Amino acid sequence: MAREITYLDAIREALREEMRRDPQVFVLGEDVGAYGGAFGITKGLQEEFGEYRCLDMPISESCIIGVSVGASLRGFRPVAEMQFGDFITCGFDQIVNQAATLRYRYGGRVACPIVVRAPVGGNVAGGLYHSQNPESWFVHRPGLKVVAPSTAWDAKGLLKAAIRDNNPVIYLEHKYLYRRAKGPVPEGDEVVPIGQAAVRREGSDITLVTYAAMVMASLEAAERLSKEGVEVEVIDLRTLSPWDKGAVLASLEKTNRLAVVHEDVKTLGLGAEISATVMEERFEHLDAPVMRVTYPDSHCPFSAVLERENLPNADKIADALRKLAAY
Amino acid sequence: MASIKRYKFKLSNEQLLEILYWLKLIRAFDERLSVLVRQGRVRSGVYSSIGQEAIVVGTCFGLEKEDYICPLHRDLGTFLMKGVSPGVMMAQMYAKATGLSKGRDSALHSGVPELGIFGNTSMLGANTPVAAGLALTFKLEQRRNVVLAYFGEGAANTGDVHEAMNVAAVHKLPVVFVCENNIYAYSVPIEKSMAIEDVADRAEAYGFDGVAINGNDVLAVYQAAQGAIARARAGDGPTLIECKTYRWHGHSEHDPAFYRTDEELAMWKSRDPLTTFTTYLRHRQVLTDEILIEIDQRVIREIDEAVAFAENSPDPDPSEAATDLLA
Repeated sequence: MAREITYLDAIREALREEMRRDPQVFVLGEDVGAYGGAFGITKGLQEEFGEYRCLDMPISESCIIGVSVGASLRGFRPVAEMQFGDFITCGFDQIVNQAATLRYRYGGRVACPIVVRAPVGGNVAGGLYHSQNPESWFVHRPGLKVVAPSTAWDAKGLLKAAIRDNNPVIYLEHKYLYRRAKGPVPEGDEVVPIGQAAVRREGSDITLVTYAAMVMASLEAAERLSKEGVEVEVIDLRTLSPWDKGAVLASLEKTNRLAVVHEDVKTLGLGAEISATVMEERFEHLDAPVMRVTYPDSHCPFSAVLERENLPNADKIADALRKLAAY
Repeated sequence: MASIKRYKFKLSNEQLLEILYWLKLIRAFDERLSVLVRQGRVRSGVYSSIGQEAIVVGTCFGLEKEDYICPLHRDLGTFLMKGVSPGVMMAQMYAKATGLSKGRDSALHSGVPELGIFGNTSMLGANTPVAAGLALTFKLEQRRNVVLAYFGEGAANTGDVHEAMNVAAVHKLPVVFVCENNIYAYSVPIEKSMAIEDVADRAEAYGFDGVAINGNDVLAVYQAAQGAIARARAGDGPTLIECKTYRWHGHSEHDPAFYRTDEELAMWKSRDPLTTFTTYLRHRQVLTDEILIEIDQRVIREIDEAVAFAENSPDPDPSEAATDLLA
């Protein structure tokens, strides 16, 4: 049975269900205990599972992730919360040098089943240090998986998959979607597999690849184009590493036009990788250059006027789609 | 022959001779590695512990199999004492397929979960949050096991060591922090990197006991370690043991160590942990010439066998250069 809940509640539901299912799962992070986390995601978990399964940690991101790696080596499945995705830089070494290399340097004799949850993204009046989109840093490193749900359904199902995965998974939850992405979420134990994109809207003229908060804006732009006679297929990647190449290429073979939309900055964002892959593997299917609608190579400003200027939105996406259709 | 009585933690004559064996084996292993790297048989990644063996032996002696160690880059001997064969360790140094990491990385960057050995990265001090995580699981499972976390006086200045000590103190985690103070962090002497004389003093600031001891006296190290381990097993939390010592070789075998004087080196060589302990055992009439010859022959045989094993082991299969990245 599915009922409508928010993205935020869906994350909490996944945590609670996984903690009930598997006593080796525990949560740790800043303010996650009695306070319930900066966004209220872990509300009630300490009450239900006790101090040590919903563990308040000092402001020590590196230690939070290092502790998670240590616990994973003894069969636990820690879910570390970064209060903001921006703070993940303070734990960067423990992710990219420690967790990501562990299996490789152990000659394949060990796994590192940790999840690092990170609230990311702008459009929430966050300014420079509460708005960043760090996905490319982690997609760029081997040994990690990266997921970025856009719906409440996926927020739950992908977190379950991340917790059950035997690799370090960076789970990027978009703050803009916490209460805005409300939708059906199964009450049961439904897992959304890592590595599978979802087609959010079918179309035969343009393939638009996006993820996270930009799915909403892209769907809005696609609806506008539809009224103008252009049918856009919107693919929600859901998993950024490993991204679903098959789904993107299959759609492109149908539409022969590709746009990539992301809130992350342009240079070496996911758009660059997807574009290059399409160039290498489906060059003959391209009727037009790949177009990218992204954040400029800029920090995220605090002023609403400035932030609006930088953020991709339905208007900017629709403009790009029109150009692509007319090419 | 009388057993040692003047210490709290008593050792039988057999145990004393076993300690001598370990000291000699580790010394011989490092001496051989020094030759092998000069011969070009071992490519790099050799960080000699010569002069510091008493710390490894004094802390690891008597550990239980389930106890975990998180060694620093110079502690190859801990791997041997925890049960990895000299042959496998030599193959690891040779980057052979039979080494712990199957050629993926050198030195001590690989671990053995079933033997309670964690292999750190090159980021010194990054092992200590992992140690805290391992210790957290012992606490959660109400086991009486301990974790030994090793770091140098150089790594003592990293954020990770600070974060880990703090977290271990807050939750009274069963960690023994072993600081190997060999005066030089690569080339920089301690007085250029900290304004205090004893790293051990820092423990008080975190809320647990710290003690500075003669790290070249294996029995002093053993006594201090056993005391700290007993407290950790009893649930009384962490201890910091600072072992004052000196490395005879450079930071790595490629470092000629021009930054220190011959007089200083000669002074520390006069405090050789092996000579000191051997003299002591003779004085206690535990060690005879026959036993000494027997131990020396055993050590040479084991090192020869280890080198032969490594030499005869296959190189890693090129097809495995980019495998074992994900579980």
